[in-house]
Amino acid sequence: MTDLPTVPATPASAEAAPRRLGRRRRRSVQASGTDRVFLALMVGVPTLLVVGLVWLPAVATVILSFASWTGVGDLDTIKWIGTQNYVNVFTIYPPFKPALGHNLIWLAFLFVLPTCFGIFLAVLLDRELRGTRFYQTAFFLPVVLSLALIGFIWQLIYSRDQGLLNAVLNTQIDWYGDSRWNLWAVLVAAGWKHAGYIMLLYLAGLKGVDPSLREAAAVDGASPARTFFSVVFPVMRPINIIIIVVTVIEALRAFDIVWVINKGTNGLELISTLVTANVVGEASRIGFGSALATIMLAISLVFITIFLWTVMRGEQQ
Amino acid sequence: MSRPRSESEYLARLIPPSAAVGGLSRRGFLKGTLGAGAAVSLSSILAACGGGDDGGGSGSGSKEVTFGSNQSDPVPKKAYAEMTSMFQKSSGLTVKTNTVEHETFQENINNYLQGNPDDVFTWFAGYRMQFFASQGLAGDISDVWGGLSGMSEALKAASTGEDGKQYFVPLTTYPWGLFYRKSVWQEKGYQPPKTMDELVTLAKQMQKDGLVPIAFADKDGWPAMGTFDQLNLRINGYQFHIDLMAGKQAWDSPQVKKVFDTWRELLPYHQTDALGREWQEAARALQKKQAGMYLLGMFVGEQFPEDQRDDLDFFTFPEIDPAVGTGAIEAPIDGVMMRADPKNEDGAKQFLKFTGTAEAENVLLKTNNTVIGASTEADASNYTGLQKKAAEFIGSAESIAQFLDRDTRPDFASTVMIPGLQTFIKNPNDVDGLTKSLEKQKKSIFTS
Repeated sequence: MTDLPTVPATPASAEAAPRRLGRRRRRSVQASGTDRVFLALMVGVPTLLVVGLVWLPAVATVILSFASWTGVGDLDTIKWIGTQNYVNVFTIYPPFKPALGHNLIWLAFLFVLPTCFGIFLAVLLDRELRGTRFYQTAFFLPVVLSLALIGFIWQLIYSRDQGLLNAVLNTQIDWYGDSRWNLWAVLVAAGWKHAGYIMLLYLAGLKGVDPSLREAAAVDGASPARTFFSVVFPVMRPINIIIIVVTVIEALRAFDIVWVINKGTNGLELISTLVTANVVGEASRIGFGSALATIMLAISLVFITIFLWTVMRGEQQ
Repeated sequence: MSRPRSESEYLARLIPPSAAVGGLSRRGFLKGTLGAGAAVSLSSILAACGGGDDGGGSGSGSKEVTFGSNQSDPVPKKAYAEMTSMFQKSSGLTVKTNTVEHETFQENINNYLQGNPDDVFTWFAGYRMQFFASQGLAGDISDVWGGLSGMSEALKAASTGEDGKQYFVPLTTYPWGLFYRKSVWQEKGYQPPKTMDELVTLAKQMQKDGLVPIAFADKDGWPAMGTFDQLNLRINGYQFHIDLMAGKQAWDSPQVKKVFDTWRELLPYHQTDALGREWQEAARALQKKQAGMYLLGMFVGEQFPEDQRDDLDFFTFPEIDPAVGTGAIEAPIDGVMMRADPKNEDGAKQFLKFTGTAEAENVLLKTNNTVIGASTEADASNYTGLQKKAAEFIGSAESIAQFLDRDTRPDFASTVMIPGLQTFIKNPNDVDGLTKSLEKQKKSIFTS
């Protein structure tokens, strides 16, 4: 019935399994000396790296956001100015509001178009049509490319004088240079990659759905669309959560593609590009850039909190 | 096939029969991976340590001078290599050149200078140099300057830090001006305008003749600073411009607003959609005879094929206020500096003294004819017509500005002025709002 090779379960092992499980809970794991060292290294080294390269710099960033520093000189050249950086970001820094808006537009766009389109493609490909391997490869290929490369590739389509789009539409629009259009042009390019990614994740999830559910729905007389929305979609809950998380991460992480086009100016501002422009290079406004980065962290924390709450609540149920 | 009754039964069924017996145990596999990973990381750590030593510690002898260079394009790179080999022959010291890509060098300058910089490194004159000198990251070379000849007073001023000591040796320079193709102008009968009114009339005539009067590109953000500087120098004079760059004048003062208002009047004669165009493309528009003139540095010649560079000529930005005149020009200066506490101070100073001589500059100019030597003693006999004109232009200027992003604080130039000027180009009508925003941001940066 299933397409997975299975080992017929014997009644003995089925009985023993729960008992063994129960026993394991009551007694601590008996690990030998070498095993303990092994375990310590396997857990310790990645933990050290994560704490040292991710947590400590994040905490340092938050602390530095209350300071004014050029990054030159010892730590005693740091001037502590309280929340002045945040006040400046919100009141007198013109690129901030557009950047915030663009990040939110990026998030909304990725949810509405590429994610739904990716799910749609996955559902279609799950029907095992002829040439499904070819389609899967074709849709997945953009995922393999880096976003910077995607920016370059779409430049050929968006180029003002030699691009495909202007040739087909007979227009003279500078798609990357005109701030009315360039965000949407970039979103289409980024969504092209994102749809393939979502398609693959969803397809993998669909393969794990028990076919007997679909058959039961067919017997009850449900149309394919009804089957999907009422039967398959709720069963795919873990995959759905993963899709949401991946989309949020990709939206907040957006940086390479706009940096490669015009360093995040003229309609392509994002908070990540503002952080980079302020911290990296000669500008070296460490405190100000750290304040922008902390704001980014706060936005991410909102989503992380929602996600954790959903997952914890799901586990309790 | 019945449904699995527990999680463990379900998982047990997933194991294919072929993998269930014998073979590699999970523990063994993990141990093997850890061992392989450790071996790889250990070897790469050792290699990195070794590489670091090679880069940093080899200047210990008094025979070697390390030189950090941002001249990464093939032509200037070759020119600098020839200059260092000439120095090596004449002095007996060895020069170890570390070339870094041009933009990367500038972006990493903070980390570079605070880490382990080379004894001598390429940089730019102006506030950009004074900024690092005041942070104590550059070495005082006033004694080298005592022995240099052929440097004008303006050059000495551009090489001096805030404390009155010299930190910089100029090598090459180039002027900013309105460049045009002689053949096109002769054909159409244009004359270089001397006043603003003449410029507007000429622009209108060019439009009638089907040319874009002034090519324009600001995708990178810095080219528009050139236009701002020229207008400010002509309308408000050199001293106001320098004070404004130093943060001593207000950006929402009526003088600055006048600059933006004048620019707005000229904008219709500039190429449209400048924010999507890079300067190279605008220079090509000039070369392809689509634009009448282009306000840029002499490096615009890089975009012209060798045989067409003779057709290039320039004139200074026209006079706007007769009381101010046209004595102030922009000529950025590139040169070299010494780090604070160099490993080989004598060698570094010898090298710097050599770079300040005419021979060193002549070697550089042999291969690169889009710049001219900073020293007046540089051999001008091989100069092209354009270079001769540029040398005379710079030599006779009353005052020389460096360029906005070299005359003011780098953080103000890149995080405030670039977006600010791009906003102006998109929406030239809201000058009051723009200048108020610039002033507020300037206050927050200059007082920090």
